[in-house]
Amino acid sequence: MTSLKHLTSEDWFLPGHTGCPGCGAAMLVRMAMKVLGPRTVVYLPASCLLIISDMFPLNAFRVPTLQVLFETSAVCAAAIKRALKRLGKDDVNVVAFAGDGGTADIGMQALSGAAERNEDILYICYDNEAYMNTGVQSSGTTPPGAWTTTTPAGKVGWKKDVARILMAHDVPYVATASLGFPMDLLRKLEKAAALRGFRYLHVLTPCPVGWRAESDKTVDLAKLAVETGVFPLVEYEDGVFRISMEPRFRPLREYFALQGRFKHLPVSEVAALESALQARWERDRALARATAKPPRPAPSQTTSPDDAFDR
Amino acid sequence: MRAEAQGLRKMATGDFAAAWGTKLSRPEVIAAYPITPQTLIIEHLAEFIAAGTLDAEMMRVESEHSALSAVIAAEATGVRTYTATASQGLALMHEALFVAPPLHLPIVMSVVNRTVAAPLGIWVEHNDSMPQRDTGWIQVYVEDAQEALDMVLQAYRLGEHPEVELPVMVCMDAFLVSHTFESVDLPEPAAADAFLPRYRPTSAYLDPDRPMAVGPASPPDYLQEVRFETDLRMRLALEVLEQVDQAFGDRFGRTYGGAFEPYRLEDAEVALVTLGTATSTGREVVDRLRAEGLPVGLVKLRYFRPFPADRLADMLAHVRAVGVLDRAVSFGSGGPTFLEVRSALHGSKVPVHGFIAGLGGREITAEDVALMFRKLLRGGGGAGGVTWVGTRGVEGP
Repeated sequence: MTSLKHLTSEDWFLPGHTGCPGCGAAMLVRMAMKVLGPRTVVYLPASCLLIISDMFPLNAFRVPTLQVLFETSAVCAAAIKRALKRLGKDDVNVVAFAGDGGTADIGMQALSGAAERNEDILYICYDNEAYMNTGVQSSGTTPPGAWTTTTPAGKVGWKKDVARILMAHDVPYVATASLGFPMDLLRKLEKAAALRGFRYLHVLTPCPVGWRAESDKTVDLAKLAVETGVFPLVEYEDGVFRISMEPRFRPLREYFALQGRFKHLPVSEVAALESALQARWERDRALARATAKPPRPAPSQTTSPDDAFDR
Repeated sequence: MRAEAQGLRKMATGDFAAAWGTKLSRPEVIAAYPITPQTLIIEHLAEFIAAGTLDAEMMRVESEHSALSAVIAAEATGVRTYTATASQGLALMHEALFVAPPLHLPIVMSVVNRTVAAPLGIWVEHNDSMPQRDTGWIQVYVEDAQEALDMVLQAYRLGEHPEVELPVMVCMDAFLVSHTFESVDLPEPAAADAFLPRYRPTSAYLDPDRPMAVGPASPPDYLQEVRFETDLRMRLALEVLEQVDQAFGDRFGRTYGGAFEPYRLEDAEVALVTLGTATSTGREVVDRLRAEGLPVGLVKLRYFRPFPADRLADMLAHVRAVGVLDRAVSFGSGGPTFLEVRSALHGSKVPVHGFIAGLGGREITAEDVALMFRKLLRGGGGAGGVTWVGTRGVEGP
């Protein structure tokens, strides 16, 4: 595995894109492109990423990009791969970068179909937890209680767990990652890039504008989301569900304090969310125990390379 | 007919014929979702692939929206593609239809014309494809199984022509073409290969050795020229489709007359414009009325996009009245073909009457068509120049 220090200095997603200061999606795409390299075709749906990187006559990618429609990332990426295969260019990676709305909501049908057919693509969802490009409207992955322009009193309902939905398709690889844990993210990107068949990465990429946060807090937010247990880092491979890292379970209010979208929540609701999180973690641990294969070591706090990186 | 062009003659459905035409065209990627009455096409294609007589990637996708999006992405990667649909499926594709023409993607799609709900119906109506007229797709309407096959081959050659580079819908009537067994000439691969070379993309395609952005967002500074260019290519297609039909005739001994085909029109005083299977009934009625000494003729309109307005106006300049038979309706206005023909004849003294019939798969009988001709001969028009034919509670022609 490459360490962050040894990651190539060459970029395939270039500076000069028009992303907002502190854009988490741009940070993720830059790192993913370093792993994927020049033999890659990128599919972009209508999204923040398209607007910041692919507005004619500018383009921030040094590899071919295609945009067809908002909800077609998975099927279009799959079709590109099939066509490349016919052209004898089977060595080319095909990756789709789609936001949470384009993945969890409008793109779910195509995503499920491509997973069922085990299409040979890498699908990366950059989850900023709302429709940011259109002005912070609530999506299926907006967390409970969060303010958005269409949930002014806070979202009612849970965050849709897309990774779990993909696990139910029994595809070769599913993982969640966070910008706050770059070594874990890099390891998962490299693993996903090396495998064949349908691979899904769900990455938390905070959006300072939509989260009503300072633009220098993107990574802190991504780290706190994991450390409070809000965003679990997990992995699914060969039928085995693994928890990449048991969080320290820092108080939820530490995460909420850095952003404006939870400001309105009374203390009682924050406490209720914390106990709901614990229940969810119990289910995740039970699943990890149930699917564990004997030789694998039990997950512990020291298994995350980012812990070493942090020190 | 040139001997080497004659293939196997067989009793086949329109759907089988379309599948055979597709097999001969050697698409690299096929994506489809099943919908009655298109299903036989994709079943036959799956059989050809399983039997090893067609070498292609077949994507069994989760919806028609995905089917069209898949062939758009595959075609943008640089390979020939095919899909087929009908009715609700085409309506679901509507959003994706707009994407292919500006990106110069000459996809070919068979459309089995079927009623769009509500009420739900599986029988013929043109209200699925005609509302797609403004998406930038070429549309050709066929009359029988042979034409359903031949026009797939012609559609690739037309769509892939460097001056055109537009996607093409080959539209055929539900059941009357799709499921009716007819004697069909199934050309040999060698003859088809000579007519339709392998596809080599000349415009944008996805290649890591030559990176480019296909389908980027575009600000107002650039977008209007894209629209103009699509319009221009659609107009150029009017010339090219005739060349393609001639070249097809040279190879296979069959031509279809280009954008439309007149029947007993030279000395006709009134003419009826028809599309698809209604044409067969129309010709029969022309012969019967001619036998009675009535000066009637017919124009089989084949291409609805590009619409051959000028040529049609020239062809119809000498008649006293023109009727247009539509199997579709633009509510509160008239049949889509009627509106086009009336627009084409604007400025001439030839009155145009619209007839709406055969909706939801209702049979258009010879008697219905005869009444249309008699009304044209009498010189009468209905309210707004549109008459509903064979409709309960409505006075006919």
